[in-house]
Amino acid sequence: MNFSKELLEKLYRMMLRIRHCEESIVEPILDGSVRCPVHLYSGQEAIATGVCANLEKSDYIFGNHRSHGHYLAKGGDMNSMVAEIYCKSSGCSRGRGGSMHLIDVENGIMGVAPIVAGTISLALGAALASKIRKDNRVTVSFFGDGATGEGVLYESLNFASLKKLPIIFACENNYYSTHLHISEIRSNNNISDIAKPFDIPTFKVDGNNVLEVYEIAGKAIDLCRNKGPVFIEFLTYRLRGHVGPDDNIQGTHTDIRPKEEIEHWRKKDPILHFSSYLLDNRIFFKEQLEEIEKQVAEEVINAKAFAIKSEKPPKEELEYYVFKQ
Amino acid sequence: MSSNNNRELSFSLAINEAITQLMSADASVMLIGQGVKSPWYVGNTCKDLIKKFGEERVIDTPVSENAITGAAVGAAIAGMKAIVVHPRVDFVLYAFDPIINQAANWHYMSGGKSNVPVVFWLIVNRRGEQAAQHSQALHSVFAHIPGLKVVMPSTSYDAKGLLIASINDPNPVVFIDDRWLYNQKGIVPEEIYEVPIGNGIIRNEGKDITLVSYSYMAVESAKATEKLNKEGISVELIDLRTIKPYDEELIINSVKKTGKLIVADGSWKTNGFAAEIIAKVTEEAFHFLKAPAKRVCLPDLPAPASSSLEIVYYPTWKNIVSTIKEII
Repeated sequence: MNFSKELLEKLYRMMLRIRHCEESIVEPILDGSVRCPVHLYSGQEAIATGVCANLEKSDYIFGNHRSHGHYLAKGGDMNSMVAEIYCKSSGCSRGRGGSMHLIDVENGIMGVAPIVAGTISLALGAALASKIRKDNRVTVSFFGDGATGEGVLYESLNFASLKKLPIIFACENNYYSTHLHISEIRSNNNISDIAKPFDIPTFKVDGNNVLEVYEIAGKAIDLCRNKGPVFIEFLTYRLRGHVGPDDNIQGTHTDIRPKEEIEHWRKKDPILHFSSYLLDNRIFFKEQLEEIEKQVAEEVINAKAFAIKSEKPPKEELEYYVFKQ
Repeated sequence: MSSNNNRELSFSLAINEAITQLMSADASVMLIGQGVKSPWYVGNTCKDLIKKFGEERVIDTPVSENAITGAAVGAAIAGMKAIVVHPRVDFVLYAFDPIINQAANWHYMSGGKSNVPVVFWLIVNRRGEQAAQHSQALHSVFAHIPGLKVVMPSTSYDAKGLLIASINDPNPVVFIDDRWLYNQKGIVPEEIYEVPIGNGIIRNEGKDITLVSYSYMAVESAKATEKLNKEGISVELIDLRTIKPYDEELIINSVKKTGKLIVADGSWKTNGFAAEIIAKVTEEAFHFLKAPAKRVCLPDLPAPASSSLEIVYYPTWKNIVSTIKEII
C-alpha cells in the first residue's frame, strides 16, 4: 500500500499529540493537581490514530475509561479534554465527567464511560440508528481485553450480526485487565476468535504498527459500511499503569508487571517504530520530525495552561444538567 | 382532530394508539424489545405496528436484555426517540447498567452536551401463580435514581397521554404499566395529546382523609373510596400518575385540608415509595397531621406462587378500607 506523505505526517503528528498530552498529565497526577482517575493511553496511540484516520467526521465512536487517544484522534479539541481532566468548567463535559467522560458530539465522539463493556451496547444502538436512518455512518466501539469477560459483548455481537449493523468491534488487547494478566482472566488468549461463531469477519492486527492498523482498519471500515459488523483485535501494551502513571493505585510506583516485559514493549513503542520507518525510508528528515514534535509540545503546553487557568464549576451550578429542559 | 369526544378505548389499545400516532408523526420514533411480534408477550399494545412501520423500526429481539436496552439507549444518544419494552418487568434487572449507569447519568456527566430520549416501557404482570420472578414491583428502585423520570398511569386516558409525553421527553423515562389494567376501558381522545409528567390528579374530592395511589392500586383505591363514601367517610383520592418527579404540592395541599394521610402502593413496604410520600408530608405539613400516616403495601417478602398465599399477599380495597378506619 502506498501512503501519501501528507497522510504519514498526519498519523505521526496525531500519535505525538496523544503521547505528549498523556505524558504531560503524569506530574499533575503525582502532585495531586489532577485528582480524577486517569487511565493513560501511552503505548496504544497507533490504534486510535490508525482507526480514526479512516473515519468520516460524521461517523461515531464510543470509548471507555482509557479514551484520551480516541477523543483526540477523532478530532476532539485538546484544550477541552485537558480542562475536563482538571474538572474545569471549560472542559468538554463542563467538569461533570472528568477523564472518564469525554464527549464531542459534533465530531462524532458520542461518549466514553468506565463501566467495562458498558458502551458496547450503546455503540450497537447508534449503529442501529444508522441502519434505520440509512445514513451510511459507521460506529466504532473501542474496548479492552477485560471487556471480553462481560456478557453484553456476546449479546451485542449476536445482535449486530443478526441485523447486519454497521459497527466495528475494536478490541485493544493490552494483555492486562487492570492488574491481571490475560492468562488469568481467559481460558484462551485468542480474542480474535470470539466473533467467529457469530459469522462476523475478524482481523488480528499489530496494534503498535500504525500503518498496519491504518490499512486493516480501512478495509474493515469499508466492509462494515457496506456489509455489517467487523471485529478487530489489536495487540498492544500500555506503557503506563492501569490507572495513573505506574500502577493500579494512583500515585504509587509499584507496577506489578515484570520489568523485562515492560522493556520488551518499550522497544516496540509505536512512535519510535514509526519515526524509524519515516527516517529509514527517507520520507522525512530528522529536523522535520523534530519540528513537528516542537509544534506538538507547544500545543500541549498551551492546553495545560488553558486548563490550569480555567475555573472549576461554581457551587451554584451543582444541580445543573440532571435533566435536559 | 377528534370527531368523537366520548370514544372508549381499553388501556392496552390506548398504548397502541399512542405509539402508532407518534410513529406516524415522527420518523425518529422506534420500538424495540422482546415480544413486540407476539400478543402473548405484549397483549394488543403492539397491534399492527410491524404492518404499518416495518421490522426496521419495530424490532423483535433475542433474549438479550442488557444489549437490547443498551441499544435503545445508544440509538437515543444518536438521535432516535427509542422505546424499549420489557414485557415482564423482572427481566429488566439484566439491564440496570444501560438504564442506571448510562442513561440516567448521561446528560449530567456530559455537562448537558448529550441527552437520551429513551422510554423504558416495563410491564408488571402479577398473580396467576407466577411466583417471585414474574411478579415484581420495582418502581421504587427506579424512582430512587437521579436522572430518571418514572410514570405509572392507571387509566386509558393517562396511558396514552403519559406515553406520548414520555416519548417526546428529551430525557430517559421509565413507563411502568400493569397488565391488570389492560382491559379497563376509558374515554380517550383520538388526537395526539400529552398528560404532563409530574402532575397528579384528584380523582375524588373529600375532607376526612387523603388517599394517595398510582397505577393498579389507584383502581383498588377508587373502590375503597366509593365504599367509604357510602359509610359517610369522605376520602380525597389522589392518583399521582408520575412518581418521579411527583406532585408534592397536590399532596401537601390535600393533607393540609384533611389532616390525615394514607398511601396505597403496589410495592414492598420497607424503603418503598410510600415511605417517601409520608416523609415528605412530615417535612412539609407535620403540624397539619391529626393522626399517624399509614401505608398499604406488599409485605416484605417475595411473591408466592400458590393462589392461597397470593390472596393474602396482594392488598385490595378491603385492606385500604380497614387501614383508613384505623385512623379516621
